[in-house]
Amino acid sequence: MRRVITGNQAVAYGVILSRVDVISAYPITPQTTIVEELSELIGSGRLNTRFLKVESEHSAMAALIGASTGGVRCFTATSSQGLAYMHEMLHWASGARLPIVLVNVNRALAPPWNIWSDQSDSLSQRDTGWIQLYCENNQEVLDTILQAYRIAEAVRLPVMVVLDAYVLSHTSEPVEIPTMEEADSFLPPYRPEHPLHTGQPEAFSMIATPEHFMEFRYKMQKAMEQVPAIAKTVDEEFRSRFGRGYGSIERYGEGEAEVLLITSGTVTSTSRIVIQRLMERGVSVAGIKVKRFRPFPSEEIYEEIRGAKKVAVIDRNLSAGVGGIFAQELRASLYSKEERPQVFGFVSGLGGRDITPELIEEAIRCTIEHHRPEEEILWLGLKR
Amino acid sequence: MIEIRFHGRGGQGAQVASKVLAVAFFHEGYYVQSFPAFGVERRGAPVMAFLRADQRPVQLRVNIYEPDHVVVLDPTLIGAVDVTSGLKPNGWILINSHQAPDAFDHLGNFQVATVHATSIAIRNGLGSRTNPIVNTAILGAFSKATGLVGIDSVALAIREELQGKKDENAKAAREAYHEVKYEIRSTKSETDTNFQNKDDLGE
Repeated sequence: MRRVITGNQAVAYGVILSRVDVISAYPITPQTTIVEELSELIGSGRLNTRFLKVESEHSAMAALIGASTGGVRCFTATSSQGLAYMHEMLHWASGARLPIVLVNVNRALAPPWNIWSDQSDSLSQRDTGWIQLYCENNQEVLDTILQAYRIAEAVRLPVMVVLDAYVLSHTSEPVEIPTMEEADSFLPPYRPEHPLHTGQPEAFSMIATPEHFMEFRYKMQKAMEQVPAIAKTVDEEFRSRFGRGYGSIERYGEGEAEVLLITSGTVTSTSRIVIQRLMERGVSVAGIKVKRFRPFPSEEIYEEIRGAKKVAVIDRNLSAGVGGIFAQELRASLYSKEERPQVFGFVSGLGGRDITPELIEEAIRCTIEHHRPEEEILWLGLKR
Repeated sequence: MIEIRFHGRGGQGAQVASKVLAVAFFHEGYYVQSFPAFGVERRGAPVMAFLRADQRPVQLRVNIYEPDHVVVLDPTLIGAVDVTSGLKPNGWILINSHQAPDAFDHLGNFQVATVHATSIAIRNGLGSRTNPIVNTAILGAFSKATGLVGIDSVALAIREELQGKKDENAKAAREAYHEVKYEIRSTKSETDTNFQNKDDLGE
């Protein structure tokens, strides 16, 4: 079935098709219509899922930690301040190795108050041990949720699926919606390795002294290191069933380009138009879409950029004192490599400002025209 | 690509109008993108919604700054808001008004169409007398004036997208289709722009 739906509705379809057992959420701003859609479906009896309305995002995640420990499939959605408030529990979910899936609608963190698109909320949670997957369109949002449960349950780590506020969350576009049978054949029921069961007693959430703690973190890191291979398998299987796949990164544009543009989220869509136009004018340029931010696809990106002279990164986020976070991750991943292209780190579109084709072209032109970046942070579309 | 901007007041249903028209275009084989002006909507305050329709997937993810056509759900917005901002020459401006199209000649070199969507809405019991819901009537008028999308597709989209009063809303659209007033001022004829392509759906 093909329908014209918003990003938030695409999330709701993804959750329905994943046969989620428990949803817990805090239903006011900065929450989006995702939870509204789902609670309506549950209220009208069309979705057989337990909905827990809690008093805060912190409690939303805490409730899911309990439910997931109990051995059921769990979901929540939040945004900006709500995600920040969840921070402590995010660490707990990953440390307890619970395969919870969370959708975060990228919104700026206040102050000043702003409910528009900005990746600083999800990226400020980058060290919480969650896998992070960024989406470019509403189809990818729905598909990524199905894939997220497969990945999460295979490595026993939580996954954050991320979409741009408004530009996807409130924008309607055609989406192919798989049938329940198709989804079931891709995503089998969750079978927890350590179910909470009185017949099979185990200890959960106990203290780990210095004698044991480090090994817990080592195992968590090893699980993260399994993600690239497992995500690749899951994506390939998804592609064979549904005809759509995404990879951890996607390269488009000219094969042997001298300049590469790296983007994530919806900026990629507009960049595709710009790069196509520039190529038609004879400019040697290509683009890379980064879908997976955690674990960072260092090797995949390196294979694509090793021949290039210069790389432009457009970040819709800011780590004050450093700059764009994708650029920062890329620079760190290149340090030990033989071939290190110059990285031009652009910061643009903060708080939902449009990243127009003109601005994207300006970033590419600036990268072509300069031997190396003149500043660590190149502000794009800033009113000075 | 066709780019359309809707002007209305919070609560009038500009966003729903954009979505319903998107679904109508979708039924005619277009790829579509419909979105509200991203913001905090307040009842009665000027609001906008946008629609892109193309025969290829829509990749442009920015606001519409230079629309091909504009739809105005509330005539009191004219003067209060620059409804023709960026509107392309010879683009359609469709206004909910009892006045004839030439009353709006001062807006510039555009094709003007008017329809009294308010009275059509009230006649069909849509909304209240003081707060009529005009968004479905105006789409019927859009179909006739621009010839870009068929009235049957509009009626089908209304039935699919609206929760209640499906018959009344579809009827309002058809009445507006017959009542809309417009004059073609450019060389562009109605039939030239009226094309349908149902083969583009598959990916």
